Amino acid sequence: MNVLLPLPFALPLAGAALTLLAWRSPALLRTLSVAIAAGVVASTVAIAVTVSRDGVVSTQAGDWPAPLGITLVADRLTALMLVVSSAVLLAILVYAVGQGVVGQKRAEPSVFYPAYLALSAGVCLAFLAGDLFNLFVGFEVMLVSSYVLITLSPTPARMHAGMTYVVVSLTSSILFLTTVALTYAATGTVNLADLSTRTEDLPPGVRTALALMFLVVFGIKGAVVPLHMWLPDSYPAAITQITAIFAALLTKTAVYALIRTQTLLFPQHETRDLMLVLAAVTMIVGMLGALTQQDIHRILSFTLVGHIGFLVFGLALFSVAGLAGAILYLVHHIVVQATLFLVSDIIQDESGEIRLERLGGLMGVSAFSAALFFVPAMSLSGVPPMSGFVAKLALLQAGFASGRGLAYAVAGVAVLASLLTLVAMSRIWTLAFWRLRPLVSATPPLHPDDVPGPSRQERYSRGLVRGVTVCMIAFGLAVAVLAGPLAEWSGKAATDLLDRGDYRRSVLEGDRP
Amino acid sequence: MSLVLLVVAGMLFAIGFHLLLQRSLVRVVVGFALLGHAANLALLLAGGPSGRPPLLGGKDPPGPGEMTDPLPQAMALTAIVITFGVTAFLLALAYRSWLFLGEDEVRDDLEDRRTEAEGGREERDEYGGTG
Repeated sequence: MNVLLPLPFALPLAGAALTLLAWRSPALLRTLSVAIAAGVVASTVAIAVTVSRDGVVSTQAGDWPAPLGITLVADRLTALMLVVSSAVLLAILVYAVGQGVVGQKRAEPSVFYPAYLALSAGVCLAFLAGDLFNLFVGFEVMLVSSYVLITLSPTPARMHAGMTYVVVSLTSSILFLTTVALTYAATGTVNLADLSTRTEDLPPGVRTALALMFLVVFGIKGAVVPLHMWLPDSYPAAITQITAIFAALLTKTAVYALIRTQTLLFPQHETRDLMLVLAAVTMIVGMLGALTQQDIHRILSFTLVGHIGFLVFGLALFSVAGLAGAILYLVHHIVVQATLFLVSDIIQDESGEIRLERLGGLMGVSAFSAALFFVPAMSLSGVPPMSGFVAKLALLQAGFASGRGLAYAVAGVAVLASLLTLVAMSRIWTLAFWRLRPLVSATPPLHPDDVPGPSRQERYSRGLVRGVTVCMIAFGLAVAVLAGPLAEWSGKAATDLLDRGDYRRSVLEGDRP
Repeated sequence: MSLVLLVVAGMLFAIGFHLLLQRSLVRVVVGFALLGHAANLALLLAGGPSGRPPLLGGKDPPGPGEMTDPLPQAMALTAIVITFGVTAFLLALAYRSWLFLGEDEVRDDLEDRRTEAEGGREERDEYGGTG
């Protein structure tokens, strides 16, 4: 049994328990959680190294043979997702420590750290799960922690948004459980590798119905239009660091699960045309929604919805190039979307405002935060030479290479959606940074000279927050710099996804070292 | 027996979704609890026809059809625990929400209402601002 594979979720789970015990001492809480998050990053890097050496790695919990026991599998896609998400999880945790979410402002002990670590555990388990039921459990662990996080330090607006979020997520979870039940009833197994052969014997109607149910379940969780309504209403209400981690990982985990189930279980691609149409609609609706909003957090939430469309587009092509593009886009989007939310938090911190109609003149206050915003915003819009450009180019090339009329049309829509992203980002850029501050605002803009000198702790906290944001931006740029090796890696991952042979052999025949 | 359970599961799904669409939070919570039961029942039914024992003692391995499949039962057990915990959380959230908002009803989203109000204003302006 491979010890490495359970580590990314066993570590944070144990950490969550420890932080619950250590709630009396804020300093201990912070050190412990950051150390554990760093440990998770180390373990995921070790898994990535193992995967690049041995190919697909799998392990059976308790040595029960494959279709019965609990299977953990890591292939190239899993390893890449694990490394990127654990790095982002660590970065945002350090940011939250810098921001002082907990402990300092209120006397009561906060549940932030245990919930955050449990969230990391859920995300990692969802990536590693080798069977549908553990995928469900991973999602539940992740979502239950997210319910706690979204309603943390409650205000009426937060309660309201939290309720919407919880009820929608729970409904999709129940649907997921029902889908697992129906899959078991049809095939007699929930092991993904085992299912990959058994779905081929199903009658076409049953198989299409199952494929559609999986599409609906992960469509709700991943906010694919028209199942996206809950996301822009709920995400912006949470504390911004928490919104950042939600935007980076929760919907992406759903997209990962969608990629996994659709490629592995439904090799006849029953949902291909439907997904192409959904991708186009998602891009357009998301980006048009972003243009109508005034609140920066809501604009970013709508761009998040719109960009899910790019990921679905890559998957719907069902070609090596398309899937490789989608994987590249996943990596780019996880990093950039999280960075944007962190920067919006810094903007809010500096001006006390988040609505565009009341913002302005930020350039005069802090050219540094303008630079912080500019880089990820341009990357999201796909301006070369940033990571967004590389990922979009890969997707468009795949779309035009597919030789299908519908795919050409969706690729056209993708270009349009990129332009709309550029418009939405320029709107924030012009209104918040360059124009004069509008008169509606009661408080004058803070000039650095007017502010009373910050205390040592405040300076330390600000430095940490900005340092983490700069690191995230550097991470985003590194995605562009390393585009060559990354593209090669995701190309191999995409080949594995479509071939399925290695995955099946590793799980079922258990070529254990 | 299976047909009865099937009908019960279907009814639970129908009532659960109906309650979920209500404005009152307590009804939403009850609806969610019913949906959880429905899904668990569906999971049990996936294991095969009802009425057989899940475990047979003795040395002989059971023949096909003698024993019911224990795997869905194990999964249903996990799912029951999860839905149980989440229902408790949902109840607490509904109570918290009642404390904060002072009412049990789910209200329209503030931002949506604002956007709608802004749209309405522009339209009125176009038609001469008579409102």
